[in-house]
Amino acid sequence: MKITREEVAHVARLARLEMTQDEMEQHTEQLNAILEYAGKLDSVDTKDIAPTAHVLPLKNVFRSDKIRPCLAREDALANAPKSEEGMFRVPRVID
Amino acid sequence: MKNLTVAKALDMMQKKEISARELIDAAFARIDEIDGEVKAFMTLTHDKAVAAASVIDARRSNGEELGQLAGIPMALKDNLCTKGILTTCSSKILHNFIPPYDAAVVELLRDAGAIMAGKTNMDEFAMGSSTENSGFFTTRNPWDTERVPGGSSGGSAASVAAGEVLFALGSDTGGSIRQPAAFCGVVGLKPTYGRVSRYGLVAFASSLDQIGPLTRDIRDCALVMNIIAAQDIRDTTSADIETPDYTACLDGNVKGMKIGVPREYFAEGIDPRVKESVNKAIELLVSMGAEADEISLPHTEYGIPAYYLIAPAEASSNLARYDGVQYGLRVEADNLIEMYRKTRSQGFGPEVKRRIMLGTYALSSGYYDAYYLKALKVRTLIKQDFGHAFSRYDVIITPTTPGVAFPAGAVEDPLTMYMNDVCTIAANLAGLPALSMPCGSIDGLPVGLQLLGKPFAESTVLRVAYAYEQNSGLELKIPNTPPKEVRFNGQI
Repeated sequence: MKITREEVAHVARLARLEMTQDEMEQHTEQLNAILEYAGKLDSVDTKDIAPTAHVLPLKNVFRSDKIRPCLAREDALANAPKSEEGMFRVPRVID
Repeated sequence: MKNLTVAKALDMMQKKEISARELIDAAFARIDEIDGEVKAFMTLTHDKAVAAASVIDARRSNGEELGQLAGIPMALKDNLCTKGILTTCSSKILHNFIPPYDAAVVELLRDAGAIMAGKTNMDEFAMGSSTENSGFFTTRNPWDTERVPGGSSGGSAASVAAGEVLFALGSDTGGSIRQPAAFCGVVGLKPTYGRVSRYGLVAFASSLDQIGPLTRDIRDCALVMNIIAAQDIRDTTSADIETPDYTACLDGNVKGMKIGVPREYFAEGIDPRVKESVNKAIELLVSMGAEADEISLPHTEYGIPAYYLIAPAEASSNLARYDGVQYGLRVEADNLIEMYRKTRSQGFGPEVKRRIMLGTYALSSGYYDAYYLKALKVRTLIKQDFGHAFSRYDVIITPTTPGVAFPAGAVEDPLTMYMNDVCTIAANLAGLPALSMPCGSIDGLPVGLQLLGKPFAESTVLRVAYAYEQNSGLELKIPNTPPKEVRFNGQI
């Protein structure tokens, strides 16, 4: 076992996912199977190998600092489940 | 619609043998006839399509200059943002999302005069290899509706294979264009990373995602690429490299072309009949003057484990945005965190949750080095394998999939499903262009041949693919209605 049920519960909290006991069991089992398979990578010698996060040899990509049209506020809010006074409305964050 | 290609339809419209209106009507007639069974479409945009076709016909009769794909009916995968038109990613969490802007490729296709018939079904957030992970319904393979069309661009591949549209766009993160293309007997190209703007493509794994065409033949693939391959300042990874005319390389000449055939892609686990089909295709190319050698890509077996750490890691970050605040589903709760949790738990399907969990774990404190960083280093080795091979070879040829389309419901275990990507994943990890095309059939089901090229060498890939297509003697027919009674007729 690489990942315990407690760790699955912790990861679910980090990922903002709610799980039933059954789902927790299932995830533990499946994640273990996948992680065990991923353990194959341990046998690869990666000493002195640089990681590739991205295939293109790009560093910073600059563009001219020109004003371009952007979404109108009402368009940006059109999909919001709740909005008020031109802003997204969410449940109270601070007591 | 059944015998048409993009090239043929353009020619017929040019000669006024058919109007754009007649063409779109034929497309919707075919959709009416067959989509109840195939279920390729999430959303149909009939009225908008008919209006757009009428505009094109009017402009043509006025003698106005028209775009290069004027009047061609096509479909878009439902993860490409379409302004004012529902874009769900086949996820309940985006069941009501209406984008306020168009993806770059959508703008380009519209400017070229292509006409969207609708948005196609997919595995939720492009995570899957069968389209069974759609949050809404399952698409079926037009060659045998008991089987899956592949995924995640299963709706796009099925819509082209069934003759509902003349081409479609899909997205490919680990094989999501090529695998369904192989299963449905159509052509699918994942361009080089950076060749096509990702602006407006709903992100899954940003360092791997690429948009590409699904078409009936190679010329059509080139025609669509001519439109969608373009630099875009709104995607900083889109490459500042001029787009060639991709039809210019379609001359059938492969003399002196060097083909690498990696032995790792013909190993155990690949259906021997698939290997035989692919080998025959290579033999044909050799008989036409190409040279083929067996080569080795020694890190091939680490592709799947590396991918299934990197892609979920990126996905877990990209999908953090679905929280019930700005768009999509919201499940009300007393406080913010509870709202996030309830919304995400009810909105995401099982596979998406699994990948978010896996990715969150791989990135979490204490495991980052062991999993994510390790996978990125292995990615370097996989990329180097290709670098070495491409210093000596022009293209690499492999099977696209280990087998043909499997029956719906047949693969339940996630890891077994992931194995479907064994031949396609490396192209994404290395950022290479890769194309799947039909090369035969097994028990009436299409087999796919994969061609990989050097970065930005789509033309070379298309040249070899076209030469093979023109000489293979394969005739790909469209299934009749009802599709159950008809089988794929392609034979070498």
